Amino acid sequence: MIELLPTEKYEPVIGLEVHAQLKTNTKIFCSCSTGYPAPPNSNVCPVCLGHPGVLPVLNESAVEFAIKLGIALNSRVNLRSIFARKNYFYPDLPKGYQISQFSLPVVGEGELEITLEDGTKKKIGVTRAHLEEDAGKSIHDRGDSTLVDLNRSGVPLLEIVSHPDIRSGAEAASYLRTLRQILLYLDICDGNMEEGSLRCDANISVRLRGETRFGTKTEVKNMNSFKNVEKAINFEIARQIDLLEEGREVVQQTLLWNADKGTASPMRSKEDSHDYRYFPDPDLPPLEISNEWFEKIKSEMPELPARKVERYTNEFGLPPYDAGVLTQQPETSRYFEEAAGFTSARKELSNLIMTEVLKVANEKKISLAEFAIEPKRLAKLVDLITSGVISGKIAKDVFAIMLSDESEPEEIVKREGLSQISDSDELEKIITSILNDNPAQVAEYLAGKEKILGFFVGQVMKQTKGKANPATVNSLLLSLLKRSSG
Amino acid sequence: MQKAEVLLSSLKGGKAPGRLFGAVIAVKDVISVVGMPLTCASKMLEGFQPVFNATIIDKLLSDDALIIGKLNCDEFAMGATNTNSAFGAVLNPVDKSRVPGGSSGGSAAAVAAGLCDVAIGSDTGGSIRQPAAFCGVYGIKPTYSRVSRYGLTAFASSFDSIGPLANSVDDCALVLDVISGYDPLDSTSYGGKLPSLSPISPFVQNEFTYSFNPDEHPNLAQDTNTPVSDEQPNSAQDTNTPVSDEQPITIQSPADTKDISKKLKIALPKEYFGEGLNPEIKSAVEEIASKLVEAGHIVEEVSLPNTKYAIAAYYVLTTAEAASNLSRYDGVRYGKRSKINGTLSEEKNRAVSEEKSGTLAEMYINTRSENLGKEVKRRIMLGNYVLSGGYYEAYFGKAQKVRRLIKNDFTKIFKDYDLILTPVTPEFPAKFGEMPTDPLAVYLGDIYTTSVNLAGLPAVSVPIGCSSQNLPLAAQFIGKEFEENTLLSVAKMLESLLQ
Repeated sequence: MIELLPTEKYEPVIGLEVHAQLKTNTKIFCSCSTGYPAPPNSNVCPVCLGHPGVLPVLNESAVEFAIKLGIALNSRVNLRSIFARKNYFYPDLPKGYQISQFSLPVVGEGELEITLEDGTKKKIGVTRAHLEEDAGKSIHDRGDSTLVDLNRSGVPLLEIVSHPDIRSGAEAASYLRTLRQILLYLDICDGNMEEGSLRCDANISVRLRGETRFGTKTEVKNMNSFKNVEKAINFEIARQIDLLEEGREVVQQTLLWNADKGTASPMRSKEDSHDYRYFPDPDLPPLEISNEWFEKIKSEMPELPARKVERYTNEFGLPPYDAGVLTQQPETSRYFEEAAGFTSARKELSNLIMTEVLKVANEKKISLAEFAIEPKRLAKLVDLITSGVISGKIAKDVFAIMLSDESEPEEIVKREGLSQISDSDELEKIITSILNDNPAQVAEYLAGKEKILGFFVGQVMKQTKGKANPATVNSLLLSLLKRSSG
Repeated sequence: MQKAEVLLSSLKGGKAPGRLFGAVIAVKDVISVVGMPLTCASKMLEGFQPVFNATIIDKLLSDDALIIGKLNCDEFAMGATNTNSAFGAVLNPVDKSRVPGGSSGGSAAAVAAGLCDVAIGSDTGGSIRQPAAFCGVYGIKPTYSRVSRYGLTAFASSFDSIGPLANSVDDCALVLDVISGYDPLDSTSYGGKLPSLSPISPFVQNEFTYSFNPDEHPNLAQDTNTPVSDEQPNSAQDTNTPVSDEQPITIQSPADTKDISKKLKIALPKEYFGEGLNPEIKSAVEEIASKLVEAGHIVEEVSLPNTKYAIAAYYVLTTAEAASNLSRYDGVRYGKRSKINGTLSEEKNRAVSEEKSGTLAEMYINTRSENLGKEVKRRIMLGNYVLSGGYYEAYFGKAQKVRRLIKNDFTKIFKDYDLILTPVTPEFPAKFGEMPTDPLAVYLGDIYTTSVNLAGLPAVSVPIGCSSQNLPLAAQFIGKEFEENTLLSVAKMLESLLQ
């Protein structure tokens, strides 16, 4: 009987609660701007300050965004949903309650397909997604007092709750990446984890493999990057397994992840003591979504990344890897698709985007929407390669020039004299003279050292300043060397 | 006076006068008016200056009303005596040894004393109608959602209605007409078209139609005074035909056809005339019923069987909403903030929350303990209790069900009747010093008014004379949703009948 390692003995069970700040222009229940950054307490009004007598009015765009996510996750969108009050005291919560949704959220049961490290797919259930208002920000590190900034108070949030279907830190990170990608494609959240517009809490427990009941769970908060989500979850899984292996119990509690220390420590111990006294908000009638509106939103849904990957592989014949990279960001796929409209050489286009365009954009930290080389010009550059006017290597030089030169690539090639030498007669003369100048190397080649071919190619490229057509050079070299042996 | 001069000069400038030109209006101090403190009669908000006008204030001002000031009330509109004010009690102008009623006690007293033409009040469970009855003035609680609540400090959001109190039906009608209507700032305000309320004619003309169809109710009385077509000469039935199998008592007399164009069917719910009702009030209301019969209307006894649960449901639901609505008075952003002196016991400190620092917990506790009144605190505690984990279904959930039952009771009655006639209060206003000390006994005084708020219906309190002790007598008419015109027409008819 083989003894199982503790990590094999236990199965982690993880559910994620993701808060996505919605990219509406105004707050969810008042007309204050959601603009960021702004001086503290400048985007506020009596409504989001909770003055006596104010009432909430629901932002239509926030509802539309929620419906979009519901459609994207194949969820049941509830055409009638209820807003509820979650009651608790905190200085950054002006009304003493948060308007949220409880028993009947706008988005019900759905699912999200993720790709695991080994390339296999897995479906993670999504329990619900509900609309709510964000609280303000408490700032504790300025002297003795706590300062409160209420600019964020009332910013719309969509809380997306997964089933406890996730089994590792890596799966959690993959779920979060996929979800973020969808939010970006829907253009409803900017997905910035560092700035907190996308936040993630994890509920974690472990149980013996084969066990169907859940173990005692803990909640881990404050993980503000994908890497930290993975690390924090793996840390907590290991901590819980250690406890159980030592015969101790997991205590239900909330832990705060400390990225610098790489550990999670308890935030408060009496999780059960929280009683939010939810009840339907009497200031907001039930949210009714008409069939017409729902169908209209459905008909205007953008193509989502999973579908794009399918299309890029099937229609454009791209490898799945390329399709994955090109669909990672909406702007990359937008850029690729626009360029693909001007050239049929999709693989060459993909190569150039993956190696050159994305590299430069990442280095300069700029968006492809403002990239110096417009998709159409890039497509022309691709066509110069495929038609044999320039080599792939020269193309990189032309690309570099194009970054600061608005001319068309043909013009640059002409101006800089970068056209490929494909003329066999001209190349034959050059090759013959090189072979004559290097009899020792020719002898080596003829003695069977075929590797030395590269030396001759290098010499040709040196003499032609890289402009020689590599294919022509190769075939000429082979036939001329063969001739010298005979 | 300055405002009056501004109004006058604008008139000279050729501007047409608004419908309330020069009307002197005072406002219950739970409604936001820029330039006047908003205290809600609470120490918590003493000195608080609101930064926006309630929607109804903007409407009154744009029709050229003169808003002369704020009126005392029970703290956060919680009470029925106007003795729960941080700034002292209001005296009843009719008899200064008695309470004016509440919570809009200041509003009723100001109108009765002639300090203003119209006072604005708010009614969550009778807070307009009961003080109107105690001070002998008209007060109307409109259909829930008819008048925007934006700028009304919330007590119980699904109950609160703003309405006018005045010495005449016409003044009530005109002001209600001005403040009615959809408000984009209040998602619960009614978006449909509302019939005009002004001028109100004393007799109901064409503003409403009978909701019953004789074909669907073959046993129902067909109104013999309604023109019957020649084709169906025999279809007219005896007006005494009972509505249901239970034979109700019917007070009936032949209609005086020359005075009315339409005959009203008025219901007297027997649950509103039972034990606990002062006999003098009972007979005064019954007298009104007889007068209506004499005027050609039909008055029949009916049953609203779930009335007995109204008070309990009302106090569960309103305190729950209030507990949440009043959480914002925490000393953080505005209003009073109490000193922190580090004297909070550790136990109390922990009770607030695990995640809050000691000083924060103490700030909350001290601020709310020192600045909220006893009745307000009682209701906050009650409300938090009925919403708390494990009790929600037993209290809040059940009370919501009762609310639906009560609404259904009314819906059933209004299939066959146009109006319901009841007393407003079971008793006359208490003398200061003779008020019941048991809060439950005080709550029972709301027995005839709370059902109306549970059902969201309109109701009017109409003065109907004086008691043997020279105290005001009043009757309540409850109407169908948005049929305030019917209520006001009847009130106007009585106004002339009783003169």
